[in-house]
Amino acid sequence: MLSPVEHFPLLVVVLSLFSAFSIFLAGWVNRRSCVFISIGTLIVQFSMAIAILHRVLTKGPIRYRLGGWVPPWGIEYVMDAFNGYILVVLLFLATVCAIYSKRNIEHELPEKRASFHTIYQLLITGLCGITVTGDIFNMYVFIEITSLSAYALIASRGKIALKASFTYLVLGSIGACFFLLGIGFLYAVTGSLNMEDLSLLLPPFYGSRAVRAALVFFLVGLSIKMALFPLHTWLPDAHAFAPSEVSAMLSGIIIEVSTYAFLRVAFSVFTVDFFKGLPVFEIVSWVSAGAILFGSIWAMAQTNLKRMLAYSSVANMGYIMLAVGLATTATRPPWGGLTPAAMHILNHALMKGCLFLIAGAYIYKGNLWEIRDLQGWGRRMPYTSAAFVIAALSMIGVPPSVGFVSKLYIILASLETKQFVFVGVLLLSSLLNLIYFWRVIELLYMKVHEGEHGHVVAVPREEVPWSMLLPILILSSLCILVGLLWLTKIPIPILDEVNAMFRLTGGR
Amino acid sequence: MEWFVAKVFAKYNYWISILIMLIGFYAIIAKENLIKKIIGLNIFQTAIFLFFISLGAVKGGTAPIVSEEMVKKGYPYVNPLPHVLILTAIVVSVATTAVALSLIIRMYRQYGTIEEGEIIEKLKEEGIEVK
Repeated sequence: MLSPVEHFPLLVVVLSLFSAFSIFLAGWVNRRSCVFISIGTLIVQFSMAIAILHRVLTKGPIRYRLGGWVPPWGIEYVMDAFNGYILVVLLFLATVCAIYSKRNIEHELPEKRASFHTIYQLLITGLCGITVTGDIFNMYVFIEITSLSAYALIASRGKIALKASFTYLVLGSIGACFFLLGIGFLYAVTGSLNMEDLSLLLPPFYGSRAVRAALVFFLVGLSIKMALFPLHTWLPDAHAFAPSEVSAMLSGIIIEVSTYAFLRVAFSVFTVDFFKGLPVFEIVSWVSAGAILFGSIWAMAQTNLKRMLAYSSVANMGYIMLAVGLATTATRPPWGGLTPAAMHILNHALMKGCLFLIAGAYIYKGNLWEIRDLQGWGRRMPYTSAAFVIAALSMIGVPPSVGFVSKLYIILASLETKQFVFVGVLLLSSLLNLIYFWRVIELLYMKVHEGEHGHVVAVPREEVPWSMLLPILILSSLCILVGLLWLTKIPIPILDEVNAMFRLTGGR
Repeated sequence: MEWFVAKVFAKYNYWISILIMLIGFYAIIAKENLIKKIIGLNIFQTAIFLFFISLGAVKGGTAPIVSEEMVKKGYPYVNPLPHVLILTAIVVSVATTAVALSLIIRMYRQYGTIEEGEIIEKLKEEGIEVK
């Protein structure tokens, strides 16, 4: 008999699927109820995720066999420290964005509230599915569920978002097809689809060209999904013109979950032994260094606030993948293995989620898309702008914010592997971050709003409604609090467990 | 010649699916018309489906429904798993096509054209730079 917690991996996925349909039905009766069902479901799911993480850390992984069928034939959901952690991060940001979406969607898409929340729940279904599954084909299906709902959500604002969504759809489908092709290669070699079974069956075929080709297909396919430079071309428009809570989810969670999918395939299916003697991770880290520099430089050239943030996401995917690239060579705790990468997944979700929600708040209040329009708004929206400053400083990497901790850990990892170029790249990118965020902060505060005769006019305060302000303030305060938490090293044991599981640190 | 027979003729199913895949890719990249792009995407996906189906094929194999007679006479049967996988993948591809076509319909209502170049020009007129 399974304990209730052991049913949670499946329930997390099914609950939001069920909620998607109930929201759709509730939308016919009462459109106001939709958002409450959505938020309620997410809070339940978030508590489940915490219960799962607690159980995984105390008693070891959960294996849930769907329909009681024995793997490798049946589909299996496996929860360990890594996906438990990712699940908590993703459901936290999803809950915050859902609270934010209440007023914002009433304002932006009043007619389409019910369908927005339905598709939003389908998006959560897909994301949770990618995270919990232990079957590689199941992962493909969930990746497509996520992407399809993302295309629809991006397109919901119409106009230019349609074009952006279409580009994303074409590239995203090619990426997913590559993933499917990779699965085909592995299936042709081993005849299995269960990740753990694959990792046991693969070692005799490590030299085989088909297996290596499969890895390349997984890497390229998922690089499109996670917008790794130079495959990021779909990202800026899609992230900039989606509704803001969707932008926050896209930048903070969806591309990170694709990174998770890659890490799961790389370390759970291929395992660390496969990569010995292959320069995969070296290539990944050099490409990521390019992503960091080019993302930051393009971000400087943008005049649209959300597009600037989107390019900054390209740079931040570079940070995560650079940390992944160093994961196999940097082995000394606490910065060895996947710790910096997993850390930055949470940190980036907090920072970028916060920044996109703030950009959405400016759009909500004054339809302010361009950076130059923001002049003087620091005084009109004091709380939102203060949150912007905190999140921006955090992106720049001012201690003790989350951005500082991730940069510190990545720098320590590159010092251990003696890759001093990457240290230089990180420091340079911090400088570039400073330049393009300072531009915005300066416009917000330094330039006083001038009246007709050069007098300083007392500006009225116009804050966004509390249901939009609260998520922004929560995220911005977490930017500091989580940074302090990382510095005290309390959550590090979770990531140490991940490294031990993938045999990245210790035991060697 | 021997090399050619062993690498190309004997494995013609893979070569054909690669060929179809490249045709699809070409259409996605080179066609201006958005619907043609989606047709290209469908061709690309179909190539992968064919690759999977040919993986499961067994020479002289029959449908994988095991009867007593089959077991007695030892008939070979094809691997059903790739078929099931592809059935799922086809559903995914249909859903993708549906979303893509609905996006194209909305773009047509907005801009009155489904040529990519013309849409980009109209966006430029509105002052929005699109890559």
